[in-house]
Amino acid sequence: MAKLPVAADQLIKKYGPHKAYAPQSGFYGAHEPDRLVKTHCCYCGMQCGIQLKVKDNKVTGFEPWMEFPFNEGRLCPKGVQRYLQNNHPDRLLNPIQRAEGKGFEPVSWEHAMSKTVSEIRRIQEKYGNDAFAMLSGVSITNEKSYMVGKFARVALKTANLDYNGRLCMVSAGGGNKKAFGLDRSSNSWADLAHAEVIIVAGANISETFPTLTHYIWQARDNGAKLIVVDPRVIPLARTADLHLPVRPGGDSALFGAMLKILVDNDWLDHDFINSHTSGFEETIAAVKDYDLDWAEEQTGIPGEKIREAATLWGKAKTSFLLHARGIEHHTKGVENVLSCINLVLATGRIGKPYCGYGTITGQGNGQGGREHGHKCDQLPGNRDITNPEHREYIAGVWGIDEKEMPGKGLTAYEQIEAIHRGEIKGLISICFNPLVSLPNNNFVREALEKLEFYMCIDSFLSETARHADIVMAGSLHEEEEGTVTTAEGRVVKINEAVTPPAGARRDGEILMELADRLGAGDKFSYTCSEDIFNELRVASRGGTADYYGITYKKIVDNMGVFWPCPSLDHPGTPRLWEDRKFRTPDGKAHFNPVPYRPASEVTDKEYPVVLTTGRVVSQYLSGTSTRRIGKLVDQYPEPLLEIHPKLAFQYGIKERDLVRVKTRRGEAEFPAQVVETIREDTVFIPYHWGGKHAANQLTIGNLDPVSKIPEFKVCACKLIPTGSKAPDVMTETAYQSGL
Amino acid sequence: MIPATDYNQEMAFFVDMQRCIGCHACEMACAECETNGQESMIHVNYVNRAESVQTTVQVCMHCEDPACANVCPADAIHKDDFGVVHSANTSRCIGCSNCVLACPFGVPKKVEEAELMMKCNMCYDRTSAGKKPMCATVCPSQALFYGTREEIERMRPDSVPVNSFKFGKQEVDTKVSIMMPKGTHQLIVE
Ligand code: SF4
Ligand code: SF4
Ligand code: SF4
Repeated sequence: MAKLPVAADQLIKKYGPHKAYAPQSGFYGAHEPDRLVKTHCCYCGMQCGIQLKVKDNKVTGFEPWMEFPFNEGRLCPKGVQRYLQNNHPDRLLNPIQRAEGKGFEPVSWEHAMSKTVSEIRRIQEKYGNDAFAMLSGVSITNEKSYMVGKFARVALKTANLDYNGRLCMVSAGGGNKKAFGLDRSSNSWADLAHAEVIIVAGANISETFPTLTHYIWQARDNGAKLIVVDPRVIPLARTADLHLPVRPGGDSALFGAMLKILVDNDWLDHDFINSHTSGFEETIAAVKDYDLDWAEEQTGIPGEKIREAATLWGKAKTSFLLHARGIEHHTKGVENVLSCINLVLATGRIGKPYCGYGTITGQGNGQGGREHGHKCDQLPGNRDITNPEHREYIAGVWGIDEKEMPGKGLTAYEQIEAIHRGEIKGLISICFNPLVSLPNNNFVREALEKLEFYMCIDSFLSETARHADIVMAGSLHEEEEGTVTTAEGRVVKINEAVTPPAGARRDGEILMELADRLGAGDKFSYTCSEDIFNELRVASRGGTADYYGITYKKIVDNMGVFWPCPSLDHPGTPRLWEDRKFRTPDGKAHFNPVPYRPASEVTDKEYPVVLTTGRVVSQYLSGTSTRRIGKLVDQYPEPLLEIHPKLAFQYGIKERDLVRVKTRRGEAEFPAQVVETIREDTVFIPYHWGGKHAANQLTIGNLDPVSKIPEFKVCACKLIPTGSKAPDVMTETAYQSGL
Repeated sequence: MIPATDYNQEMAFFVDMQRCIGCHACEMACAECETNGQESMIHVNYVNRAESVQTTVQVCMHCEDPACANVCPADAIHKDDFGVVHSANTSRCIGCSNCVLACPFGVPKKVEEAELMMKCNMCYDRTSAGKKPMCATVCPSQALFYGTREEIERMRPDSVPVNSFKFGKQEVDTKVSIMMPKGTHQLIVE
């Protein structure tokens, strides 16, 4: 039913993406703004401080915010251009409804609301409450995350709620919970700048969290050794002391082999291991056969380099280990993460100055968004939805009977599978573009086409929103007040710079009205975002992610507060575990044995090349906003296939030759970029584009058994040169994701 | 006579190509500077993308004896008392491109629509008001740093700022420095 109402080109013509190079009203007022509003960049997990210039209720530019301690004015290109998402010509200015053969037509808010509510009722009465699902994003504030979690359980009464963090760092979360009982990076970045040795594993810091680069360079000025683990020579690796070009899928073999070297050389902190950890013996037993020859075979990294890395790590007094999606997007993402944590625990370098460990969150609120209960298995405060005590507490905060609270639902990709099977019939999504960001796009599209009703809240008509029955014109980051939690665990304040344009509404208000119409209005009677935050504080109280002691005023006065912060007089916790009281049931940090296993799809005769995916610096996630900003598009206008000259030679592929990349799930053509900065057996495609430019047509939907994260980072492909050259730059169509 | 401004003569650019991650934030921020009319006066390029991700970033070096000003027949380019070499004066510049050809660093660009030479003037509107230039402020890796020589020497003990260049027989001293490995005194550019 929800096939596109008209061809994609027609939708693109009307709703974009179009490239904006200047505010719609020109730069009028940019130099004499009415106000400067201190807030944060709306993109990655660094959440850099920035000041937006506002004139006549429009954002007209930015001014660096020099005092904000993390970035002191520094920004990446996305931060510099982020102001152009405001007042963009593609912005949805009213609710729209699908009109067969015509596209979309504007409807009143009254109609959009009553149609949505009647469809929810119809589907739930016919197929049961769980047949109506909800998907949410973590570019939204903590307040909205919290509200989405409560909305789905209390107003929509469905178990099937999940979030796009499921594509992001849930493997890290799973590993953190197993090892520490709490899910947060252990330190503020301040410790990073003073560590003696730094491992960056599967984190293209220079392109995905550029402002963090400064801290790495600072550490190197202080004498730090830098080890970068990545199949590509990412810009950070160019001058690293050691670059370990791991074959995608080989990470845990590498870290396991390093652990064995630590044990063999007794580079261990026995006091820490004995007093504060459990599981050490089983863990080292699992790596006893991991000699360097074996490791070289599994990882594709010369054994000597592995020894060198282990020696640097083993002998250091202070250290920091950072990872991101490169090791997390795997069917063994949690195991990869645990194999990193084992290295940290073995050397006891945690909970001390200049020693740290953590994942870097990719999405703007990747940290906060994983704490407040819009995951299928979680309640606010990072509580467990299956734990009777946790349920009882949150039911009390929400004023409902615990028995009314739904149980654990399906994860994001599992929801798509359930839609395919006909078990889920209706869907609401907010700030999520699965048609670009989930693996196996074609399967996702088929699922969307099977829905009986799909309502989506967004500010732009994303690739996914094109399949909706109703799109409610929601709000941009600069149009709402709230908080987000940065990758270092610092809760910061987002300030409203402008009000939404007439016809659009704040996302929070949309959810409140829907809740009201669904009969739960009394549970959603907030008058401002601070009201929601205050309820969130209480809901998180006593949980592992405890925000109770954080108030708006405290955030503003201190330019951010690190959670946990359990009481009003508590200063917050920039460095975890100084007290050695881990949040596991036995109070100890847990080593976890990680027997190595290969990726879910390995290369063979038919599909002989490894395909991996990732990001480029000028785009953010599925590009719903950044693929509308002219200079960001022009910087990297189309996805390129990075291929090593040796592999290219084998296929007769030259620079900008068009290559068809085929996997068991789909195929697509990309211009080749022949570069020595990638492994010889691996090709790379960035994933921000949709339609026929989508890398995720090719990737695999196999999931990690614990975190249910898909294996974006490795699958097998074959390369078929088409015999033609790609035009110089395919700018005009590439960014638009036509079908 | 030194005009009354907040200009701090000790402050200058320090460029460290080793740190540059090729993100282009500097270019985009430069275009946001009030005087540039959405044109960037700084340019980031790959050295050889086929082999490396190394990028270079070129700002005006603000030469002590600027070739661009020396060859300008219309006297449109002016070096001020702080050592800042300014963009061509709109009312004088005849768009002859002499400066474009003369600059050993390849910095000035002729903006065709305006028939005017434009180049970096160290964000004079910002620096004269005690702020840092846009590019150096935003540069996420601090490959571009704006501050004093003493600050940079303290912060980056493994490298030295070099502001003397040799192009064949021509020696050029500049206000802007390039960060080089310890022991380097002059950069020889062939
Ligand atoms: S995208 Fe990330 S690094 Fe870039 S400015 Fe925004 S928050 Fe900072
Ligand atoms: S670098 Fe070129 S443009 Fe700048 S002052 Fe020197 S000669 Fe003039
Ligand atoms: S902003 Fe800094 S790191 Fe980015 S391209 Fe410019 S000089 Fe290089």
